[in-house]
Amino acid sequence: MIDFILLFFLVVCAIAAVRMKDLLSAIIILGAYSLVMAVVWTRMNAVDVAFTEASVGAGITSVLLLAALSRTQRGEDDRRRRTEDRRHDAEDTRQDMEDRRRGAEERRRKTEFSTRTKKTGISAHSLLSLIVVIVTGAVLVYGTIDMPDYGDPDAPANLHVAPRYIERSYKDTGAENFVTAVLASYRGYDTLGETTVIFTAGICVILLLRRKREQ
Amino acid sequence: MRYPASEKKERAMKERIAGENIIRKVIARLLIPFIQLYGLYVIAHGEIGPGGGFQGGVILGASMILYVIAFGMEEGRKRMSRKINDLLSSTGVLIYGGIGLLCILAGGAYLEYDILLPGSPGLGSHLGIYGIEIGVGITVAAVMITIFFETARRDND
Repeated sequence: MIDFILLFFLVVCAIAAVRMKDLLSAIIILGAYSLVMAVVWTRMNAVDVAFTEASVGAGITSVLLLAALSRTQRGEDDRRRRTEDRRHDAEDTRQDMEDRRRGAEERRRKTEFSTRTKKTGISAHSLLSLIVVIVTGAVLVYGTIDMPDYGDPDAPANLHVAPRYIERSYKDTGAENFVTAVLASYRGYDTLGETTVIFTAGICVILLLRRKREQ
Repeated sequence: MRYPASEKKERAMKERIAGENIIRKVIARLLIPFIQLYGLYVIAHGEIGPGGGFQGGVILGASMILYVIAFGMEEGRKRMSRKINDLLSSTGVLIYGGIGLLCILAGGAYLEYDILLPGSPGLGSHLGIYGIEIGVGITVAAVMITIFFETARRDND
């Protein structure tokens, strides 16, 4: 039951973040999304992932996005405004039709015609998007049919190296948390690479954004 | 080159901000030690609990970012100068890679912690994992602070 409530919150947050015009609110909502996601991970017993989601997704990402926002403006870019223009166009078309019904002159009708063709173009565009979204969603749902049940001990993922990690990680590495054992010891190279990626990101930020006059 | 008028304006703005931010400053001053302690705890307990170097480093970085948000860029730079920050972000990776090299020097494979302490593989493994967690934490914290410092807008921009 609580899972459904959490997933419902997730969907609400996602849609709200996409539809929000104010970028500051969108960032805050994304933070809330990550926090709910962290609770979902905790519900699935993935505490380490939940921890990362809460600290990185809800915490530092929001702050860094806010920092980026301080360099730009709070409103969304022209695209939303353009859609609004389109909506106004549509309203104009409707008004034009009324005008025509009242018997307006031909020139009016011509402009009305041109806006109407533009409008059908937009609706075909959104129809296409809708089809793409529905097909992608259907493919994803179809993909989940084959997946094993959640927590199924016979699932391929639980039969490969997982038993070995669970049985032997404490003996091998002495780490009680076998997520840490995997990250730091079995997959030490990967974690080294991950750290290097973060380091590289820092270097890139310094190279790109550091101002010369302050040096 | 600053014009006197803008300098005056700036000073007035700073004073205004200093007056406005008393709640923010007090709360930040109250919270930051606990946040940092928690970050260190998360790094140190990565072996036995959830979390680890990455999460702890993020928390440490967040505490510094909170300090900057509350007290301003210049005060933040006094606490964490650019030079130290840059040094720290590379030090973490150096610690990680250095532990790997130490393992080779001790006669094992790269990052084979068991070999670190001759005679006690268990303790060597502990030390190795602990060491790389600290390295990861230092790098992550420093890089997060760097990204925030370089991305956020300054008053003189």
